[in-house]
Amino acid sequence: MSDAHVVILGAGHAGGTAAALLRQYGHAGPVTLVGEEPIAPYQRPPLSKAWLKGEADADSLALKPLEFYAEANIDFRPGVRATTLDRAAKTVSLSDGTTLAYDLLILATGARAIALPIPGAEFSGVMFLRTAADAEALKAAVGPGRQLAVVGGGYIGLEVAASGRALGAEVVVLEREDRLLARVACEPLSTFFRGYHEQHGVRFELGASVTGFVGEAGHVTGVTLADGRVIACDAVVVGVGAHPNDELAKAAGLETARGVVVDLDARSVSDPDIFAIGDVAHRPMPIYDRMFRMESVPNALEQAKQAASAIVGRPRPAGECPWQWSDQFDLKLQIAGYPFDADQVLLRGDPATAKFAVFHLKGNQVQAVEAINSPPEFMMGKILILNRKPVNKAKLADPTISMKEVAA
Amino acid sequence: MAKITYIEHSGTEHVIDVKTGLSVMEGAVKNNIPGIDADCGGACACATCHVYVQEDWLEKTGTRSAMEESMLDFAEGVEANSRLSCQIKVTDALDGLVVTMPESQH
Repeated sequence: MSDAHVVILGAGHAGGTAAALLRQYGHAGPVTLVGEEPIAPYQRPPLSKAWLKGEADADSLALKPLEFYAEANIDFRPGVRATTLDRAAKTVSLSDGTTLAYDLLILATGARAIALPIPGAEFSGVMFLRTAADAEALKAAVGPGRQLAVVGGGYIGLEVAASGRALGAEVVVLEREDRLLARVACEPLSTFFRGYHEQHGVRFELGASVTGFVGEAGHVTGVTLADGRVIACDAVVVGVGAHPNDELAKAAGLETARGVVVDLDARSVSDPDIFAIGDVAHRPMPIYDRMFRMESVPNALEQAKQAASAIVGRPRPAGECPWQWSDQFDLKLQIAGYPFDADQVLLRGDPATAKFAVFHLKGNQVQAVEAINSPPEFMMGKILILNRKPVNKAKLADPTISMKEVAA
Repeated sequence: MAKITYIEHSGTEHVIDVKTGLSVMEGAVKNNIPGIDADCGGACACATCHVYVQEDWLEKTGTRSAMEESMLDFAEGVEANSRLSCQIKVTDALDGLVVTMPESQH
């Protein structure tokens, strides 16, 4: 079906990449890319890091220059969102009043930042960090002497905290759990990040439940905690997770779990003409023998490849090891895999040197690795996770033995 | 501006004018050239923008950083002229650069 009209809903990292890959793989039919944001697909990771610190500009954020879409014969429609999906008619209604007919549909609608349903959430200065527009607002609010409160000690929160300090702001991170990164990283890593951030002047309030925001003339001036304290601030970034934009799929009767349920080709299990990729997809991960939803660029790219390959009839991409990264101060955190069913946490190296790795093992198999400033541990960890080769734990725990020797 | 020739593993050549200040990786990705994945967008976190730099350009493209070195150490098919193309900044001095892509970026 090489002349099929492929409509892609969502022009983020996943949708933008799928459009480009369809052309790269030789798809000859029409491609329409619909995006809610006013600009062409761009990279989100730098928004909390290089871009916020002024080290990257809009051109370098863009996945492709704007001209690319016309040159590649991709009908890019910015500033428009899909309102309804009619699977029987194979049409999508858009917010500009038009209706698009599709042969194949790719849902790449992503996820949205979760808002806190608490008093004062509507004050100006209470922000999220999801889009380039969000980042623009945050950049304007952060600078020397400004007080920034970050609600949520996850990756977004910590990256914003690090960038905020680099820009000279006073930063306090408010976390509901009693440790940072509670949902996404192991305890040794939480402790390490806390210490490192504190050395760089970030303050933490752990076990702090945020109950509201206080403000003057409609602008936030503080965050209220459950214990009654008010933390003064000029701006707030709320980073407490994201929710998949799967309402369109649900309303159209597609099976959803934590997102739109798809198979190994990123194809909806309910409709062979519909794919779902990136943050909105609930997908199989064969190496862990389970399904889950991931929010990461590598996941978006992988699924864009899966869908584009299936559409043009290329072989399915080889099985991947999921991974992600985070940059904070001069730390490079690289994570491979997920610690499902792990029964042991093994530390390699000394956290005091800011160069170490935490391996999560199931028996003698590596399930996941979290590597700080340790590319060999990350790169070899990825290989070990994929090939399921048992490792010698004593060797793995000894940083004087190279990762190549550990894996030999 | 520098004219850069990207040669796919299959031998297909792409000659692209790349703006000064971009990386050799960005020159490929922004022009939708196959063979350079660049999953991390240039953060030196993934080693999926591996290229072979034509011998006579090795000096002008500079040396590998420590981070790049240790990432490359675990990539497939690494040779003495291997580089991560996200770590090579384009300057006028690189006008005429030729890089070749490996068979796969994994």
